[in-house]
Amino acid sequence: MNRTRLFIPLGVFCLILFVSYVGFSLDDRHELPSALLGKPFPDFQAPMLYDPETIVTREHLLGEPTLVNVWATWCPTCKAEHAELMRIAATTGVRMVGLNYKDVGSKARRWLADYGDPYELVIVDADGAIGVELGVYGAPETFLLDAQGIVVYKRVGDVNERIWRDELAPRLAQMGVYKGLAKDASIQAANTADRP
Amino acid sequence: MIAEIGQLSLALAACLALAAGATGMFSQAPGLRLLRQSTTSMVVGQFVFVSFAFVALVWSFATDDFSVAYVANHSNSLLPLPYKISATWGGHEGSFLLWILIMSGWMLALASRRANYPERFFGRVLGIMSLLNLGFICFSLFTSNPFARMIPMTPADGADLNPLLQDFGLIVHPPLLYAGYVGLAVPFAFAIAAMLERRVDAAWARWSRPWTNIAWAFLTVGVALGSWWAYYELGWGGWWFWDPVENASFMPWLAATALIHSLAVTEKRGTFKSWTLLLAIAGFSLSLIGAFIVRSGVLTSVHAFAVDPERGKFILLFLAFVVGGSLILYGLRAGGQRADVGFKIFSREFFVLTNNVVLVVALAVVMWGTLAPIGYEAISGARISIGKPFFNMFFVPLMLVLGAALGLVPVLNWKRTAWQNIKSAVTLLLPVAVLLASLGFYLTEPKSAAVLAALVVAMWVITTHTVDIWRRSRSGRLPPLAYWGMTLAHLGFAVSVIGIAITSTQSIEEDVRMEPQQVVQLGKAEVRFLGVRTVQGPNYQAQQGIFIVTSASGETFELRPEKRRYLAGGNVMTEAGIQAGFFADTYISLGEPLSDDAWAVRLHYKPLVRWIWFGALMMGFGGGLAVLDKRYRRLRTRHDKPALNATAKQSTA
Repeated sequence: MNRTRLFIPLGVFCLILFVSYVGFSLDDRHELPSALLGKPFPDFQAPMLYDPETIVTREHLLGEPTLVNVWATWCPTCKAEHAELMRIAATTGVRMVGLNYKDVGSKARRWLADYGDPYELVIVDADGAIGVELGVYGAPETFLLDAQGIVVYKRVGDVNERIWRDELAPRLAQMGVYKGLAKDASIQAANTADRP
Repeated sequence: MIAEIGQLSLALAACLALAAGATGMFSQAPGLRLLRQSTTSMVVGQFVFVSFAFVALVWSFATDDFSVAYVANHSNSLLPLPYKISATWGGHEGSFLLWILIMSGWMLALASRRANYPERFFGRVLGIMSLLNLGFICFSLFTSNPFARMIPMTPADGADLNPLLQDFGLIVHPPLLYAGYVGLAVPFAFAIAAMLERRVDAAWARWSRPWTNIAWAFLTVGVALGSWWAYYELGWGGWWFWDPVENASFMPWLAATALIHSLAVTEKRGTFKSWTLLLAIAGFSLSLIGAFIVRSGVLTSVHAFAVDPERGKFILLFLAFVVGGSLILYGLRAGGQRADVGFKIFSREFFVLTNNVVLVVALAVVMWGTLAPIGYEAISGARISIGKPFFNMFFVPLMLVLGAALGLVPVLNWKRTAWQNIKSAVTLLLPVAVLLASLGFYLTEPKSAAVLAALVVAMWVITTHTVDIWRRSRSGRLPPLAYWGMTLAHLGFAVSVIGIAITSTQSIEEDVRMEPQQVVQLGKAEVRFLGVRTVQGPNYQAQQGIFIVTSASGETFELRPEKRRYLAGGNVMTEAGIQAGFFADTYISLGEPLSDDAWAVRLHYKPLVRWIWFGALMMGFGGGLAVLDKRYRRLRTRHDKPALNATAKQSTA
């Protein structure tokens, strides 16, 4: 038997290792500069999830700092992220708005009933039109707006403990919506649910 | 104090692991016999100190020592005691300590059987295991220390165990699953030792087989338990989600399944040696890759552990070292001793080969589905989800091929089988199988070709194996336990196939709005909603719905699904109401409250869903039964001869 053939498994493994390494060190790449950063959140008109008659516009997001979270029931990452959103909603006063992206209304309502609803209101973007305006290229994504509706920060991928601690909490503290960075550390570690 | 003792014990265990690794691996010279033998006592020492550490952590949980950060994050004074104890492995740090404990347990079990193996070879095995254990313990000590204290900021109460995990399933699922994962380190260590000692032979295969079988049995039962837990606890009514973490447990299972078959050929016929080595390495490597996937946060999933880049780096390095190293060794040492044993198409060898090819292709599919999203993300930056359709597209045909081949196993001999035997089996038994399958198919609604195919394949396996049992027991001499184990496992596969085919096509799911006293039709059953009441649990408050179900046969039972709010964390959990039955489950979960007294309710009727896990249990028990076979107990008397041969070979070489 040709000895080089016996090294094929090693090659396959190196490839897998490389992909894992790239995927693993990818976390930094989520901080992609968004074209929207420092610019006003785009205008939109969309119905609410629980009240399809009412139309929400950009005006509804003004007045106080707001987290806009793009999510969908088909997106497993959103499920992973949900506990952290619930925790943020429960422990801070920040207004959170959900943007239900390319989803089915009944499924979305069922999801929120099952896992809890961290949002003050949920906007429906059934055909993904707002998503195009926002430059969304996957779910979940999260935008932090200041009281004037300017995009201060954008996160592509899940909001996890680290993003909360390093990116969101300091910015919210700066805006004066959130105090208690210090006391937060323990609660936070506790609530980032570990599962086998 | 107790926690510090635990920490110290763990550090001592690491020292012993290092020392045992050194003596096991590098004391091959004849004069170092005493040093070599000390390896065994140091292996026992590792187990003792790791047990101390584990007990210390359990103790900290049982006594509500919230100054230990891990306890504070995963327990609460309101938690019932059994859950306090199982909370020990309810998070990353503690579950890894359990992993280490089980690893040490496997080493202890190995050490207790040391008389069965040649001393030098066995020293290597224990040395390799110790070095692996050293890596695990260092990972625990340096990146995920379960004993870290929070002083002086000790919280008054803990944050509570995730309610999903406050359940019987969590008590038993991780220990069994880890026993399987870590157990694969044993055939791995045997394979590495065999390559180092240049004795990849039939004796090596015979030594590996019982260990591989037990590890595989644990893994099988562990994976099945995980699936059962997801079914009743997550409230979606599904039993497998192709979630990355599930895949992480499924990949080593596929490799281990291929391995136990390939080992059989290596032992009996002396062929497939390189392939068996590779599978032994792959099985354990996939366990490690699974650990990496789950614990590094490279993939987000329902199971995701707290993410920490340090851990990911450590595991990746460990992985590169262990797997990379063993594959380099494989490249250098495997394939040398190619046995020149031929076999025909209708032989056990060829069918094991078919089994292995199918399982490895399945493994590649699962791996692709798990890793491709990461690769895609690396290129385009966006996360995608590869879902059920992708996996089903491959798995349905693959498992049908596997089953069709499996049905012929009882007829096949090693090397070659007379065409007459095959022909008579097919002409006699295939019609019987098709007839039985058609009877079942007649009852299905909706009907599909896939269901018919699955039923035929399953019945084919059941028919041929049952006839074989009958034939053998008629001959007067009772077949050995290994035969019964294999047959039970094969029948288990057929049972699982039936369960999967029927459940995934014949289930009924209704999402309805129900008011009190309203009656809804679920298939042939009637479901009456009586209302919702508030119930107080030990550490939660629940809205409990009461439903009366009248089945098609007129039987009446009550189901009480709950929506629980846990007091400590404020988490809301759905607890499904399930009437489990051999032929079907009725499954109700409570959705959201709607206007007035109405509730959104999800009703499921799931025929034969239990068969999936029942079949898996049969496979697991089959694996365990095979290990009890007499031939493995006689190892001691048998090994002398091959050991002598080996030394003779070496002296001539």
